[in-house]
Amino acid sequence: MDFRLTEDQQALKAGVRALLERRFDREALRAAVEAGGTLDRALWRELGVAGFFALRLPEQEGGVGLGLPEAVLLFEEAGRALLPGPLIATHLAAGEVPGAAEGKTVVTRPDGALVDWLDEADVVVDESVGAGGGRESVEAVRRRAEPVRSVDPLTPLHRLPVAGPGPVPADAILLAAAEQLGSAARTTETAVQHARERAQFGQPIGAFQAVKHLCAEMLVRTEVARAAVYAAAVTADPVEIAGAKLLADEAAVRCARDCLQVHGGMGFTWEADVHLHLKRAWVRAERWLPAAAAEEREAAALLGTPAEAA
Amino acid sequence: MDLAYSEEEEEFRAGLRKWLASVLPALPPRPDPRDWPARRAYDCGWQRGLYDAGYADVHWDASPTRRLIFLEESERAGAPYVGANFVGLLHAGPTIAAEGTKAQRERWLPPVLRGDEVWCQGFSEPDAGSDLASLRTRAVRDGDAYVVTGQKIWTSHAEVADWCELLVRTDASAPRHRGITWLAMPMDATGITVRPLRTLAGSTEFAEVFLDEVRVPVENRIGEENDGWRVTMVTLSFERGTAFVGEVVACRRVLAELARAARASGAWDDDVLRRRIGRLSAEFRALWRLTQWNVSEAEASGGVPGIGGSVFKLRYSHARQELYDTAAAVLGPDALDLGREWNLDRLSSLSYTIAAGTSQIQRNIVAERILGLPKGR
Repeated sequence: MDFRLTEDQQALKAGVRALLERRFDREALRAAVEAGGTLDRALWRELGVAGFFALRLPEQEGGVGLGLPEAVLLFEEAGRALLPGPLIATHLAAGEVPGAAEGKTVVTRPDGALVDWLDEADVVVDESVGAGGGRESVEAVRRRAEPVRSVDPLTPLHRLPVAGPGPVPADAILLAAAEQLGSAARTTETAVQHARERAQFGQPIGAFQAVKHLCAEMLVRTEVARAAVYAAAVTADPVEIAGAKLLADEAAVRCARDCLQVHGGMGFTWEADVHLHLKRAWVRAERWLPAAAAEEREAAALLGTPAEAA
Repeated sequence: MDLAYSEEEEEFRAGLRKWLASVLPALPPRPDPRDWPARRAYDCGWQRGLYDAGYADVHWDASPTRRLIFLEESERAGAPYVGANFVGLLHAGPTIAAEGTKAQRERWLPPVLRGDEVWCQGFSEPDAGSDLASLRTRAVRDGDAYVVTGQKIWTSHAEVADWCELLVRTDASAPRHRGITWLAMPMDATGITVRPLRTLAGSTEFAEVFLDEVRVPVENRIGEENDGWRVTMVTLSFERGTAFVGEVVACRRVLAELARAARASGAWDDDVLRRRIGRLSAEFRALWRLTQWNVSEAEASGGVPGIGGSVFKLRYSHARQELYDTAAAVLGPDALDLGREWNLDRLSSLSYTIAAGTSQIQRNIVAERILGLPKGR
C-alpha cells in the first residue's frame, strides 16, 4: 500500500497547475468575473488539447487513458484556480458527444432543477429526458428554462420548470468533491499567507492564537477531505464517494468562510477573491449530491440497505 | 495513490487472522476494570501470547503498514488492546529503541516484548501540563545515581508498573528546554508514593506519584544529560502517530451497532438523527483513510511518524466525542443509565481532547510547524 501520489501523478498535478497559472491567472479570473457568464472558448479548446476532457478516454479513442485518481487531481487544480465552465459535464461527455473530448463542444447537464452555463452550451445532456439518447436540443431546453440571478458570478444558472431527477453519475459527484478540495486548499493557503503578512498590535495577526487556531482547523478540514476524496478516487465506491463529497463540501464552504474572517474588512469586498471561492463552493455544495442526500446514502449503507438514488 | 496491500502484506494479514481465530476463543474472561493486578496479568498474558507467536515487536516493526494491518485485524477479531503495556510498547519502548545504547536496549526491550515488565509515564506535573517544559521535578547527581525529588501526575498504570519513564530537571540554570533529562526509574525504589486519582468516569485510570529523594542509577539515563526534551519529542511523535489506529476501526464498528440500535428503537425515523449518524460514517471512514495516508508517509520517511498525527488527533478526538454524544441521542433517557452500553465510553471520550496534548496545543503545533505561522500568544 502506498496511498501517496506517484511521481507521474505529482507531475500531472504540477503540469495542470502550471497551465492554469499561465492561462488563467488572477487577471483572467477577474476578467471572467466582469465578463459575466461568457465562456472563453479559446481556453476551453486549450483545456481540450491538454487532455482535460479526454483524460479518461482510452488511447485508441484519442484519449489519454488515465483513471479517476488522475481526473480528481485535475479537477482539484481546477477548483483551486476557480476555473469556470461546465467542466464536469463536458468531461463526462467526452467520447459520447462529438467535440467534447477536444474542447470544441461545450456540454452541460441539469442537476435537479438547475442547469449551469446554458447560454454558452452547445449540447445539453439530460438523462431524465428519455428521447434522443438523453439529449434535447439546447434551443428546446432554453425555451423552457428561466434564468436565475446566480449567487456565483462565475456560474450562470437556469431553473427548469420540471426538476430532472436523473441519476447523477458517481464520477460527477467525485469530481465536484475534488473541485471543493482544491478550493479548500487554496483558501487555507490564502488565509495563512494573509495571517503572516497582516500586522496589528505590532505583530502578524497569525501570531494570535485566535487567528492561528482558525487556520489550523482549516488545514485539518482540508486534509481530512483530501484523504476522503483521494481514497474514493481509488475505490470508486459510490458510498465512499458520497462521504467524500460531504466532507469536501464542508471543507470548501467552511474554509472559505474562515478565510473571509481572517481577511477582516477586506474579506467582505468584491475585490478580494475569497467571495468567489465561497460562492462557487455554495453552488457545488447544492449540486451533484447535496449534504442531506449524501448523509442518507451513508446512513443507508450502515444498515446494509442499498443506497437509494439521490 | 494505491490502497492495495502487497502480496507479502496480505500474507501477513492472513496468517495473523488465522492465529487470532485460533487463540481468541481460549482467552480467559476480561478482568474487572477496577482490579489492577488482574488487568496487568491479563494484558501481560496477552502480550506473552503475541511474543510466543512472533508478533510481539509489531509496534516497533520497521513497517508501519504491517503495524496498521496488525491493529486493524486485532480490533476486527475483538482481541485485547495493549492495555497496561501501552507505555512500554508505544512510548518508552520505541524511545529506548531509537535513543538507547545497545546495553539499554538489551536490558529493557525484551521484557516489554515478553510482557514481563510494565511501564508508566512520569511526564506531567501539577504545574507542567500543556507547558511540559516547565517541569520542576529535580534530579541531583550523587555519585553513580540521580537523586530525584518532586511530583508527577496523570500517571497511568502507576500502581502496577515496574518502570517509569521519568522527565526530570537536571540543570535549573539552563534554558528550560535544555535542562531536562529522561530517566528509567524503577518503581520499587525507596521514596516513591503512588496515590490513585479517580476520573469523572468513576474509575482510577491514573495516579499522582510523589518522589522523595529517589535514587535512580545514572546508567538508567536515556540519551545525554539535559537532552531529555529532544528524546521526549521522539516519544510524543510515536504517541500521536499510531496510537489510535485500532480505535478508529472500533469506532466504525460501534457506529454500525448504533445504526442497528436506532432502527430497533425507532430513533432511525428521526431524519436529523439518522443523517447525523450518516455523517459520522463518512467522518470515521475518512479518518481511516487519513490513517492510511499518514502510514504511507511514515513508510516513506523511514518509520518515524510525522506531525500529520496532530491533524489526525484533532479531528479524531472531536469525532469520538460526537460519536458517543450521538449514541446518547439514540438512547434518549437510557443515556442516563451507566449500566447501558456506550454511556461509560461517552464519559471517557471527554478525555480525548485533553490527553496527549490538548486540542489547543495541537492547533498551535499544526499552525506553527505545518503552516509556518509565527509563535506568539
